[in-house]
This record gives sequence, C-alpha cells and structure tokens, in this order.
Amino acid sequence: MLSVHNLSVDYGSTRVVDKLNLALADDEILMLVGPTGCGKTTILQALAGLIPISEGEITLGAWRASAKKPVPPEKRNVGMVFQDFALFPHLTVQQNVCFRLKDTALADHWIDLLGLSALRHAKPATLSGGQKQRVALARTLAHEPVFILLDEPLSNLDAALKDNLRWEIRHALKTAGVPALWVTHDQEEALSVGDRVGILNGGKLEQLDTPETCFCEPASRFVARFLGEASFIPGKLEQGRVVTAIGDAPGTPVDGATGEVDLLLRPDDVALTPAGAAGNGAVTWARYEGGTRLFAVNLDDGTQVKVRVSHEVRAEPGSRVQLKVITTHPLAVFNRE
Amino acid sequence: MTRLPGSYPLALLIALFALVPVGVLVSLASDTAQLFDTHNLKVLGNTLALMGLTVLGSILIGVPLALLTAYVYLPWRRLWLIVFAAPLAMPSYIGAFTLYAAFGPGGEINHLTGIPTPGFYGLPGAALVMTLYTYPFVLLTTRASLLGLDASLVNAARTLGMSLGMSLWKVVLPRVFNGIAAGALLAALYTLSDFGTPAIMRLDTFTRVIYVEYNAFGLSQAAMLSLQLLVIVGLVLFLESRVKATRERPGRRLTLWPSRWQVNALLTAALPVPLLSIVLPLAIFGLWLVREGTGGFEFSYAWNSAYASFLAAVVAVVLAVPVAHAAVSGKAGRLMERVTYFGFGVPGIVMGTALVYVGLKLPFLYQTLGLLVLAYVLRFLPLAVGSVRSSAESLDPSLVKAARLLGASPKEAFTRITLPLTLRGMIAGAALVFLEAMRELPATLLLGPTGFETLATYLWRVYEAGYFGRAAVPGLLLVLMSGLGLALMLTGERRGEFDVTEDSKR
Repeated sequence: MLSVHNLSVDYGSTRVVDKLNLALADDEILMLVGPTGCGKTTILQALAGLIPISEGEITLGAWRASAKKPVPPEKRNVGMVFQDFALFPHLTVQQNVCFRLKDTALADHWIDLLGLSALRHAKPATLSGGQKQRVALARTLAHEPVFILLDEPLSNLDAALKDNLRWEIRHALKTAGVPALWVTHDQEEALSVGDRVGILNGGKLEQLDTPETCFCEPASRFVARFLGEASFIPGKLEQGRVVTAIGDAPGTPVDGATGEVDLLLRPDDVALTPAGAAGNGAVTWARYEGGTRLFAVNLDDGTQVKVRVSHEVRAEPGSRVQLKVITTHPLAVFNRE
Repeated sequence: MTRLPGSYPLALLIALFALVPVGVLVSLASDTAQLFDTHNLKVLGNTLALMGLTVLGSILIGVPLALLTAYVYLPWRRLWLIVFAAPLAMPSYIGAFTLYAAFGPGGEINHLTGIPTPGFYGLPGAALVMTLYTYPFVLLTTRASLLGLDASLVNAARTLGMSLGMSLWKVVLPRVFNGIAAGALLAALYTLSDFGTPAIMRLDTFTRVIYVEYNAFGLSQAAMLSLQLLVIVGLVLFLESRVKATRERPGRRLTLWPSRWQVNALLTAALPVPLLSIVLPLAIFGLWLVREGTGGFEFSYAWNSAYASFLAAVVAVVLAVPVAHAAVSGKAGRLMERVTYFGFGVPGIVMGTALVYVGLKLPFLYQTLGLLVLAYVLRFLPLAVGSVRSSAESLDPSLVKAARLLGASPKEAFTRITLPLTLRGMIAGAALVFLEAMRELPATLLLGPTGFETLATYLWRVYEAGYFGRAAVPGLLLVLMSGLGLALMLTGERRGEFDVTEDSKR
C-alpha cells in the first residue's frame, strides 16, 4: 500500500507541491486532475524518485523515502507510463518489454493481452501513437511493479483513440491488480476511469473522493468549475431547501453555508421552455451539440445560467425563455461571495 | 537539493586545458620588447583589408545564391545546393595553390591555350580565393533565415503592386540581415585564421608573418603577433555572439517558378563560382597527374596524415564525452563547453606557435607526434563536442528515467540506453575531427616531427620548391578527403542545412 505523508516539493524558492497526503488501496486507481502547472507531474516524479523532495515521507511496501533519505528510482519498484511513451528507439517492441527481464513469460502475457503479438520485432519509430502507448504499458506491467504511475498517458493521442485506450488501460491495471496513480488534465477521463479522484490546485489537494461525490458535492467552487459546466445562482437556504428565482431544490451546504447562498447548477439540473414575451430570462447564445443543445441564458437579475436540453427545444439568441430547476437530488450550496 | 553532475570535474579540467595556449602565448610574448612597429601596422592593414574584401565578396556571392537555392524552383535543387555549398569543405590553400598555378603569364592556362591571363597574387588574389571558399558560410546562414520567413509577406507586397525584385529587396532582405551577418562573421573568422592562402599569394597578413618570424627564430615576436591576431579574432567572436537569430512565426515558404530560359540564365550566371572553386583545382591536379605521374610521392605521407589524424580523432571524442554531458546537465557545464570552443577560434598557426614553445619548455614533448596530436585535439575538440552534444541533447531524458524505473542502475542505464543512442554522434564527431586534421596545414608545419611529412605539408614543400607537378597526388587525396567531409555533413547533424524538401524546422 502506498502512503504519502505531508509531501512537499520546491523548485528553488517556489513551492510546487504543498503538504500532500495520500493513501492508496491495493488495486485502486486514483486519478489526479488539475489545470496546467498545478503540480500533477511533479508529484509523479517525486513518487518515482526522479526529483528530490523537500519535506514529508513516501512509504511503499518495504521502502520509505524522505527528504533526508532518498531512495533511488531503481530501488522503488515503481512503474511509470510516460506522456511521450519513452520507448527505447534502438530496441524492438519485444526488447523494450523485456528490458530487464530474465524470464520472458510475463512479457509474452502482456504482449498478447495488449494485442501486440504482430509487432514484436518492430522498432518504436514505426508504431502508431496508440501502439506505442500499449508497448509502454506492457513494458511497465511486465516488470511487475508494486505501484504504477501514469503521466497523462493519453494526451499525445487523438480523440478517437483515447476513448478505447482509456478502458483498455483500466482493464489491464485491474487485471494486474496493481494500484495506480493516473495524472490527467481531462476531467471527463478523471471522472470515468478512476475509483477515486483527487483535484489539485496550486500544489494543494482540494478534494479527494469518489467521482460522484467530487462532481455532486464539490469541496470548493474551483472543483465545481473544473469538473464540468457550473452556474451559480443566488438563493436562500431554509430547512434544507434552497429557494431561488427559478425554483427551489434540496441543498447540501458546503463549508456550513447558511442563509444567503449560491446554488451550484449543472446544465442538466434546469429545464428550458421558449416563453414568447414572458419568461424569466433571455438567450445569450445557443450551441447545437447533436443530440442536445447548450444554452446560456441571462436571467433578469443578471446571473448567467447554462442549460443543456434536448435538441428538439429551439430558441434563438435574444428570445425570451422560462427556466425552472427540475432536479430532485440535493445540490451543492456555497456561501455567497 | 541539487547535486553536481558527475561529469563536471572532468569537463572543468578539459576546459582549463583548452586555455593553455593563451597562457603560453602571454608568457612568451612578455619576453619581447617590440609591441608594435610600422611593419606591424602594414600587416594589420593587409589583414583587415583581406578580411573586409572577403566579407564583401562572400556577401555578394552568398546572398544571391541563398535566394536562388531557397526560393527558386530549380531542377535537381538538392544537387545545386550541394554544388554551391561544397567549397566549404575544401581547404582554401588547395584553391590558392591551383589558382596561382593556373593563371598569369607562364601559368597552366597560358601554357595550354596560349591565351594570356592576368595572374592572381597579393591582396586581390588572396581576397578572390578566400571569397570563393568562404561564401558558403553566408549562403547557408542566409538560406536558413530565408526559409524561416513567411511567403505571404512577399505575396502581399506583390499584390500591392511592388515588383518581385523590389519586394525581395525591401521586404525580404531586411529581415534576414542577422542571417547574413552571422555568415559574414564566420567568413571573417575563417579569413583571419587562414594561413595557406595569404602565404601562397604572398600577402603579408598576421598568419604569414607569424610563420616568417617563427622560421627566423623570433618565437617571442611570433607570440606577440599571435596575441594581436587573437585580439582581432576575439573582437569578431564578440560581434558574432551579439548577432541573434531573429525568429518569426513560421509560415509557408516562398517558391518562385521562373521560365526555362530564366533558370538557365540564373544558373549560367552562378556557374563561374563552382568552376573556379571546384572544377579548376580538380582539372589542374588531373593535368599534373597525367603529365608527371606520381613521381616523388610516397605512401607514407598519406599514412602519416591518417595516423596522426586518427589519434587526434580518438582523443578528441574521449575528451568530448564528459564535456558534452556537462553541457547538457547545467549552466556551469555550458560555460565549460563554451571554453573548449575557444580552440576553434585560435588560428592553426597561433596554436602551432604556442605548442612549439610548450615543446621547448617540456623536452619530453619536443618534436614528438604527441604534441602534434595535442594541437589537433585543442583545435578540433569543438567539432567532437558539438557532435556528441547534439546527439546527447536529442536523447529524450525520459528514456533514462524509464530505464531507472524499470530497475536499471545509473551505470546500466548509461551503457544500455545513453551510450548506444549517442554512439552515432561520437562516430560522426570523430570523423569530422579526422577529416579536419587530415587537411590541417600550419600547425602541422610547425609541430610535425622532423621527417614526418603529411599530405598537407608535402603539398607545401612542393609549392615552396616550385615542383608544382608533384602536388597532383596529395592534392587529389586532399580533395577526396574534402568530399568525404561534405558527405558527412550531408548525412550527419548538419543535414538540415541542406534539406530542400522540407521547410526549415530549426
């Protein structure tokens, strides 16, 4: 089991990672998300022992690394899948996967499982992006690490490929039964693949919980905005219900919010109907998305709300519409800013 | 939290070692009283005049050829680029020698056809030869800048009603000024350090006068002159460091499609340049070979050249590895690398003078092959460092990290990943040093042990003795070496400069 206690990393005088605490169960996949420069990759490198840490402690199985007593990367038995694959260009697929293996049975197992049998003798330069990432994954898994780090493994691949490979990697990790820390900047990837999600902001962990909790009950406005479209409308919290200009809904207070509050609305929490001259807002813009339409509506009190409805609902920019909160599950409620 | 890279101590030692020649020259020159006299002033004037004329000439030839090879759609574009850049690989003394022998009353052309031609000697002759062999610097740097420009600016100017010529002049050339300047300064540097051409053309520049002083046992006067020359070299190097490549947003490259007769006219106008710089030397050496055979040439000359150059190549690469790794690891390492580049700016004749003195002070080195190899290494180390460094730089750092994470120790990661992936650069570096050392003349003249004749020194003796015909075999072999050097540039790291199929990515 991996446990990270008060981990901090500095670049010169800048603190990049600030007192991080983590613990991972035996075959758990933890997704770390955050905007560019939030310290995601730094955390991975620190866990792998590729950069020195300035404070704290990392424990994994038999070893324990601290700022004073670093453990070299080759002694950690940690696997890493790199963003740019890091396949050795002078070795074939087979040689890459078997890099330090005496017994190649496990290598064959992963080569077959990841569908690379036909490419055994190919050099990395001749492979496509998706194939390279499979080789990198096979190489990591074949060396039987006790823990795996994935550094934005899909960011160099095109969108069509990402979707499948995402699940293939999850499946492989679960088959191997190895805990993994997966870094990404793609919120959709984070919510769908991980067992738990950690949201980083400026080197600090803002929230660490299941995808559902992080999405529905974000610990902060930052988390709410980062994990999807978020609108905040003013309301009043009374006996567990929030009353707003466009209807009321059950509310879950964040940080003990009471009285005058802001309600977090996701685009699917609201219904939109064209309203002729009446209604409670006007359409600012509309985006056709295929099966759905996304509208931005300016309410009469000036608040902007984003609403996603079926493509059958039509409303031109400028036209009046009626918005209504339709959700029955509790929504997060924040203190008024 | 930062630990010093392991390559630093070694790299520092090698960098300090590269500074030895200057220290030697300063201590040697302090013996002499003559700081500057009227003769010195004349030498300075000659040197500067030769440099100025060469720079002017190489711009006049190099810039139009750069426009031609960068923008004009030519049949066999790559071939033309190689032809126009080829003189870069030839030592200029080959050109000086053959031009001197071909032209003038009693020259080979006069001899064969009876047509009297003006002779080439003195300042005009030296300037012409230096121009013919240094314009490729301007051609390559200017061309690289031209390829970095976006075609739409020229197209915009033309759709606004400006003629093509005017748009090139007003829209394109101002933006490649830095590229031209960089090439011109390289040409100036090459001219300052060249010994063979002014010596053969009998123009009293610093390099020739240093050799004369050395032969007259005025070693400390030679050292004083060397220091003066180094000051000028230092100034040019300083200017060069100030010229920054301007970066523009990359765009589509301009391509011009002239009609067939226009292409033929352009190429005809450009043809005298390769004719004089490449075809003429080959023709003259070929003529001598036919007329006089291989008389006087001994195989040992070629063997000596190859042997000394091979030793230099091996030593240079061995020294280059720590320096290159230090350069990739950090700021201090880059500084050490810069210091080893110093030897490249030191003219061969100056390096020779300094090391002759070292030999006199350390008798176990005097008149040994080791001293000559040392001179080669100090001069050409930068070639090896550059080559090894660029292959080390292109090595993705995550490869070593990946190897470490798979359980390899630093040593295993080095031998299994770093070494095999940088081997190419090491071999290329060794080959560059080898070929340069094969063609080196002035330091070899000063430092070669008695009786140790190489191709270049034999060519020089032949010139001094006036038995021109005997230059055929060594001359052709030296041209062959130059051809190999060019081939190496074409396949190695500088391939980008010759690439016509793709837009410049550098």
